Amino acid sequence: MAKVSVRNLSFLDWQALDLTVEASEIVSIYGESGSGKSLFLRAMADLIPWDGSIKLDGENCLDTEPAVWRKKVAYIPTEILWWSDTVSEHFENSVRREDLDRLGLAEDALNWAPTRLSMGERQRLGLLRALDREPVALLLDEPTANLDSNTTKAVEDLVCEYVKDRSACAIWVSHDESQLSRIAHRSYRMAGKSLMEDSK
Amino acid sequence: MNSLIELSYWDIGYALLMVALLAIMLSYYRLGITRSLGVACVRLVAQLMLIGYVLRYIFDEGELLYVGLMAIVMLLAASREIMARQKRRLRGITAWGIGVTTLFISSFAVALYGIFIVVQPDPWYLPQYTIPLLGMIMSNTMSAISLGMDRLTSAIYDQRAIVEQRLALGQTAREAVRPFVLDCIRTGMTPVINSMATAGIVALPGMMTGQILAGASPLEAVKYQIMIWLFIASGAGFGMIVSLRLLEKTLFDHRQRLRLERLK
Repeated sequence: MAKVSVRNLSFLDWQALDLTVEASEIVSIYGESGSGKSLFLRAMADLIPWDGSIKLDGENCLDTEPAVWRKKVAYIPTEILWWSDTVSEHFENSVRREDLDRLGLAEDALNWAPTRLSMGERQRLGLLRALDREPVALLLDEPTANLDSNTTKAVEDLVCEYVKDRSACAIWVSHDESQLSRIAHRSYRMAGKSLMEDSK
Repeated sequence: MNSLIELSYWDIGYALLMVALLAIMLSYYRLGITRSLGVACVRLVAQLMLIGYVLRYIFDEGELLYVGLMAIVMLLAASREIMARQKRRLRGITAWGIGVTTLFISSFAVALYGIFIVVQPDPWYLPQYTIPLLGMIMSNTMSAISLGMDRLTSAIYDQRAIVEQRLALGQTAREAVRPFVLDCIRTGMTPVINSMATAGIVALPGMMTGQILAGASPLEAVKYQIMIWLFIASGAGFGMIVSLRLLEKTLFDHRQRLRLERLK
């Protein structure tokens, strides 16, 4: 059971943001480019300086080792980068073949050099790379930005299933309103340096 | 052994004539470095003459106080040089502090080891030994540290997105920058290793040449040169490892977040 609560969160020019995501829940955030959605996710992953309170199941972020926190609260950026010679070197555990299949990835994709990957393949493998660390909270920054409609659906299904099966939680940032209505239990809009819950 | 052939100021003037000839040729090519060459010559003569008089005074007096003051001046000047050679410097006096700390730990420790364990002059601070020994170790350590720090800040700055994604996957700050640090140590040590490997084959090292010119036995000069190179390699290596560790700690905060705003 993973519940994330953010109280009075401030970073850079953004002030007093509040958000709670219950276990097994997916919350979406949308807003104009530059409205601070990615910064919000990076603050939650403790990758940029922030003030306020961020808790995971009542455990304060600042009382947790940074590396441990970031394994539990996984930030998955839009542009996934790779640094080792092969894709598999970025994984800690073996990846299930069925996960590769359902995301439309080749069986031997893990043995490929990252330079061979397309943008879409980078993004899908980046999601699997993050899930490989078995996080309990997912911070997804436009995770289907480079994907076609079929693979987008496959990614949505995989994330929804992961959240449900593990009683995890997720914050999904997207510009695609139809996608948000498909996957999110609740939606927030980031505008004017504040976060407002949608009434619809 | 022959005694030293003393040079007059006229002899220096004749040497300068060669550079003047070069300056005329360079101005013909309009490379725009003739003026720099002239300024460099003036600085070379002025700085070395000045240090010559200072050293003669210190050698004549032979006081620990003067040797200590000289060592402090060398330390501060080398630290400033490390800071000046950074493309992306740390803000405030942090870079300077890293330079002072690292040079003090590495160069001073190695030089003192050399003085007390190997050379053993009497008294231990005999300026004819301590100042050249410290100077040679420190100048090479300074070059290695400045090269290593410059490479590390540039690498982390250029690859900041990768560093952040490594952190996001649960790596510690140290793990996230480890490949860059290893690369910088390799880069910083390469000139020292290359110089050691080619010493005596490609060129006779400066100190050894100086001793031979001054009338010392080539075998004695060689022994001193070997000792100096071993101390230079140790000082440069220790200095770089400590400086990169301090730099790495400075570029991340207590929550292991990359803080590039600490760079200018």
